[in-house]
Amino acid sequence: MATNPDPVDLMSTSATDREAVSLIRARGLRKSFGDFEAVRGIDLDVRPGEAFGFLGPNGAGKSSTMRMIAAVSPPSGGELSILGQDPATHGPQIRARLGVCPQEDTLDTELNVRDNLMVYGRYFGIPKAEVAERVDELLRFVQLTEKAKAKVDDLSGGMKRRLTIARSLVNRPDLLLLDEPTTGLDPQARHLLWDKLFRLKQEGVTLVLTTHYMDEAEQLCDRLVVMDKGLIVAEGSPLALIRQHSTREVAELRFGVGRHEALAEQVSDLAQRVEVLPDRLLLYTEDGEETLAKVHERGLRPAAVLVRRSTLEDVFLRLSGRTLVD
Amino acid sequence: MSVPTLPAPAGRLTMVGRQVGYWVTVYRRTWRGSVISSFLMPLLYVLAMGVLLGGFVDRSGSAGLEGASSYLEFVAPGLLAAHAMQTAVGEVMYPVMGMIKWNKTYYGMIATPLSVGDVVAAHLGFVLFRVASTCGVFLLVLAAFGVFASVPGAIAAFFVQLLVGLAFATPLYGYTAGLKNEAGFAVVYRLLVMPLFLFSGAFFPISNLSPTLEWIARLTPLWHGVDLTRMLSLGRFDASQALVHVTYLAVLAVIGWWWAVRRLTKRLVD
Repeated sequence: MATNPDPVDLMSTSATDREAVSLIRARGLRKSFGDFEAVRGIDLDVRPGEAFGFLGPNGAGKSSTMRMIAAVSPPSGGELSILGQDPATHGPQIRARLGVCPQEDTLDTELNVRDNLMVYGRYFGIPKAEVAERVDELLRFVQLTEKAKAKVDDLSGGMKRRLTIARSLVNRPDLLLLDEPTTGLDPQARHLLWDKLFRLKQEGVTLVLTTHYMDEAEQLCDRLVVMDKGLIVAEGSPLALIRQHSTREVAELRFGVGRHEALAEQVSDLAQRVEVLPDRLLLYTEDGEETLAKVHERGLRPAAVLVRRSTLEDVFLRLSGRTLVD
Repeated sequence: MSVPTLPAPAGRLTMVGRQVGYWVTVYRRTWRGSVISSFLMPLLYVLAMGVLLGGFVDRSGSAGLEGASSYLEFVAPGLLAAHAMQTAVGEVMYPVMGMIKWNKTYYGMIATPLSVGDVVAAHLGFVLFRVASTCGVFLLVLAAFGVFASVPGAIAAFFVQLLVGLAFATPLYGYTAGLKNEAGFAVVYRLLVMPLFLFSGAFFPISNLSPTLEWIARLTPLWHGVDLTRMLSLGRFDASQALVHVTYLAVLAVIGWWWAVRRLTKRLVD
């Protein structure tokens, strides 16, 4: 009876219909461990084809949320629907359509690279011959074809992450969950991984990732939520969040250690907002160079200066009063 | 774009079947290391305990050996059941902790359609396979020394080893599933495996123990396994006694299984 609506119809559908196409829908979602509340009531809607991010420092509740979305950790309260179903009742079926790249590698270090993917594909009930085909393709995609026979223990950190990503794609998931995908990797390995994730995004794979790196969130996410202490404190595209919660530019001034607090008062009228960090002053302003010139006019001579665009780091600092990476 | 349709749910057997590839891959890597010892172990035990020690024992006559005509015949089923116990225990200590803690393999598994119950079932299936293969070899070595009264008795004794293995494997799997570190394994070996091995009637009739100790020995799972194996190998089958043994071991295996799934769920899914 039901026919697929054409794109025009979809554009004009009501709010409830749009909610129906949420791959992840959460309302008042909570997670507690004993007395500790890791997630304290969050609302989410992730739509097909979107790259959605959770940005926040360690302990913000990102990983707890991800484990609930991965249908392995039961929510303590609120509503959660993944791919249109309740993970409490349809866990295995939901997980059949998810790709999961956990924060800590769960690769089998006793098996070689290729076998890790082969056995994993079988868990989804994919016929062996088809798994073999997909594995060859995935090894090429993550540039590990030459390492197919290598033991996992002999791989570098970046290679292990790539293998984990390849493994998470073996069932051609509708939704790819990446928990801190590049934490602990060197810059080169991170860029290689970002490139892979960007390609997946372009192919239309729905990505959900957590990160405490603002550059990762900016590069990969169409839309993100900023989490702090178990709550969502802001939501939007990276650009919109920066526009809404920060100024266009930031002038960073470094004076001697311990002098920043006192100097902040002397420059407070030169910027819309001044943040004092242990090692520097941040002056939020529309034109950084102009602000800097005024600082110099007052006879202040910082040991080092930097004018830059506002980033998500500034958004987080504004919202939480803390930096993302301690 | 619409929400994708989900696949139909699959049963436990299907889910276990999907893990066969994993366990075959693991076994292919390790079987060579175990194949020599699984022949050598029973041979050394039978020669040392059955033939050499047995030579001394038999000089004082075979009276009181629960109907066995030689010490070799008496001790052989005891060695077999003890071997089933030791194989099963070994397979649910370090390997299970490794998959939880060091390799985190289980976490990878339950991120797929597999549930904790599926994962436990497949792992216990592998343990059972290990018990079957090592005890199968053990039994063949024993058979070469002519300790079995009949072929059906020997075959039945083989299946009893699977039950003995499972009765030890499931509760100790549960024990490992909740352990924070491997220090707890020493407790199992010192306070459970060694005392059972020595005092559950594998090496001497438990009637030699004091009445209290004999009574305690009768409560241990290994004694039930040893006595059942022995009545089958000696061909002096007592149906009501056998039923008690089978029931005891089966109940232990079932309760242990339930507890194992519960403990691993608590560990992996929080």
